[in-house]
Amino acid sequence: MAAATDWGEMSAMNRRRRALSSENLAFVLFVAFMVIYPLMADEFSVGNVAYFLAMTLLAVSLALIWGYAGILSFGQTAFFGIGGYLYGIFALNYDWGGATLVGIVVGVLAGGVVAATLGYFMFYGGVNDVFVGLTTLALTLVLQTFMAQTAGPEWAVGEARLNGYNGMSVPQIMVGDTVLFGRQLFYFHLVLLVGVYLILRWLTGSRWGYGLLALRENRERTETFGYNVRFMQVQVFFLAGCIAALSGVLYASWGGYIDPASMGLTAAVTPVIYVAIGGRRSITAAVIATMILLKLSQSLASSAPEYALVVFGALALLAVLFVPEGFILSLLQALDRWVFRGGRRRRHVAPQEPAPAQPRRVS
Amino acid sequence: MLARIASEVRPVLDGVFNAFYQYQDSFAFLVLSAIGLAVIFGMMGVINLAHGELMMLGAYITVGAARSGVPLPLAMLVAGAAVGLIGAIMEVLIVRRLYGRLLDSVAATWAVGLILSQGMLILTGPSIQGVASPLGSFRVGNTSYSWYRLLLGAVALALLVALYLLFMRTRFGLRARATIQNPEIARALGVDTARMYTVTFALGSALAGLAGGLYAPTATVVPFFGTNFMVEAFVTVIVGGANVLVGSPLAAALLGAINAFLAQTWGLYIARVGLLVTTIIVIRVLPRGMSGLVDRWRLRPTGAR
Repeated sequence: MAAATDWGEMSAMNRRRRALSSENLAFVLFVAFMVIYPLMADEFSVGNVAYFLAMTLLAVSLALIWGYAGILSFGQTAFFGIGGYLYGIFALNYDWGGATLVGIVVGVLAGGVVAATLGYFMFYGGVNDVFVGLTTLALTLVLQTFMAQTAGPEWAVGEARLNGYNGMSVPQIMVGDTVLFGRQLFYFHLVLLVGVYLILRWLTGSRWGYGLLALRENRERTETFGYNVRFMQVQVFFLAGCIAALSGVLYASWGGYIDPASMGLTAAVTPVIYVAIGGRRSITAAVIATMILLKLSQSLASSAPEYALVVFGALALLAVLFVPEGFILSLLQALDRWVFRGGRRRRHVAPQEPAPAQPRRVS
Repeated sequence: MLARIASEVRPVLDGVFNAFYQYQDSFAFLVLSAIGLAVIFGMMGVINLAHGELMMLGAYITVGAARSGVPLPLAMLVAGAAVGLIGAIMEVLIVRRLYGRLLDSVAATWAVGLILSQGMLILTGPSIQGVASPLGSFRVGNTSYSWYRLLLGAVALALLVALYLLFMRTRFGLRARATIQNPEIARALGVDTARMYTVTFALGSALAGLAGGLYAPTATVVPFFGTNFMVEAFVTVIVGGANVLVGSPLAAALLGAINAFLAQTWGLYIARVGLLVTTIIVIRVLPRGMSGLVDRWRLRPTGAR
């Protein structure tokens, strides 16, 4: 059907459809709620939700790489950990005024560079699909076991002792001489999350973003259209690595602490579960699902911590089997259909060209 | 004179034996960790991320059976059969619904693994009393070695041979290879491919359970027992590629040498990092792993034609 519409008309239609949709409305409501939340909650809850906001970025990075580009990565927590550790190492070694802010950039870029390097080897080697999952999961496992054995005094970078399983203490983020905490830190996290979100919404709506969707659906076809598929995969892997590392930086500076468990196997499960339950094809759904599930996981953790992961595992399994779009995204789409009868509906009425005969796949 | 030569040669021979022992130990570990995963991947293209948890179940069943009086080898076979049955159930209930959605099947099997390991933690607590490593030890030179570890090497080789015979010499193997090569034509010729997939998944799970049982006496049996094998299983399958009969042994032979050398020189952690780095380099050069290399060699252009 896209054949009959030219690119300009198509994107104008998409813009109209995008302006008023349940997805946008949900995010605006979410941000509005988050802006007023610190004014009505106590100090502890504000700090706690600031932690949620930091972890949300991890889920966003996975939604980008898995939902938009079709690359299932279990390495996001590895980049998360690299970001946290590198931020800590930098901030421990330099204590001038803006050092922690530079540390954020260092941590983010470190995660991105490791991701891009791994991505280069994988995508330019022609590795795809489940092998990417395996390789990234192996990276996560190896990094965790490696960091866990760095307990001795010989494992130090300048002032920063890595401390193995006991974890490394990390300075908090400072702007000039003031340490960000409480409400300030909350708004700092919120601004970063909204900034990343808006950049991603703009990117995924751009030509490049449509290219990502195309390569998710069919790599060979996209390649024959003249897209440099491998380069795009490395680009998106780099971007997702940066976002995951930013999440790690915020997590480490929020708690003043990072340890290998935060990048281990159990940690690697959680973003996949959040995104699978929420809906991987929408960054908005990933944000909302992560906030809800983190809250749920904390309430479960106080009564029965072991059951939290079983419940989440079962929910994720149900989502994959019966609601592949994810619970939150399906809800938003249903709202779209019933409330905002926009372009999505018109597309079904539009006369369709007969589908060309499918060429047989030769394997 | 002779005695002097003997005393010169002796340490060298001890060293050679030590290297051989370490190598076969690594080889066996890689083969046994990966073989169930590789069978399922080679046949169905599905990566079963509950693989480690199936190994964990095998270890638990082995220990449970052995401690209630079943002889240890029999307990391991029981574990293999029981885990194979669990695998068949998993295939029918979950994996079957996700054919053609490879990434979803990865996520789903991972969720199953999570439920299994966390469920085991809830049911039995952080660890259970294990069984002692059987068969005792022997000495070469000044070092003591375990008979059981040597036996594991022999078992790994025997399993590879058994798989070869199964896939190359039986009717089941013929049907399985037909299904791998072209499922549509296999179906048209009367092969029940859905059943083939169930049986293969059960076979891979049974191998995972058996491997878990085999390693149960050598490690503490905990709900996260499976994660000890994950890195080794993954890198072997990635380096090996789709063909379990050719790829996995070659991958284990290569990675085993690297692993044994690094572990001996710098320790276990560096060895794992080395395995990962090797794997990342191998996929850059050989994206389809050792199987792809062998295929390319077999299909090489020859002068005569």
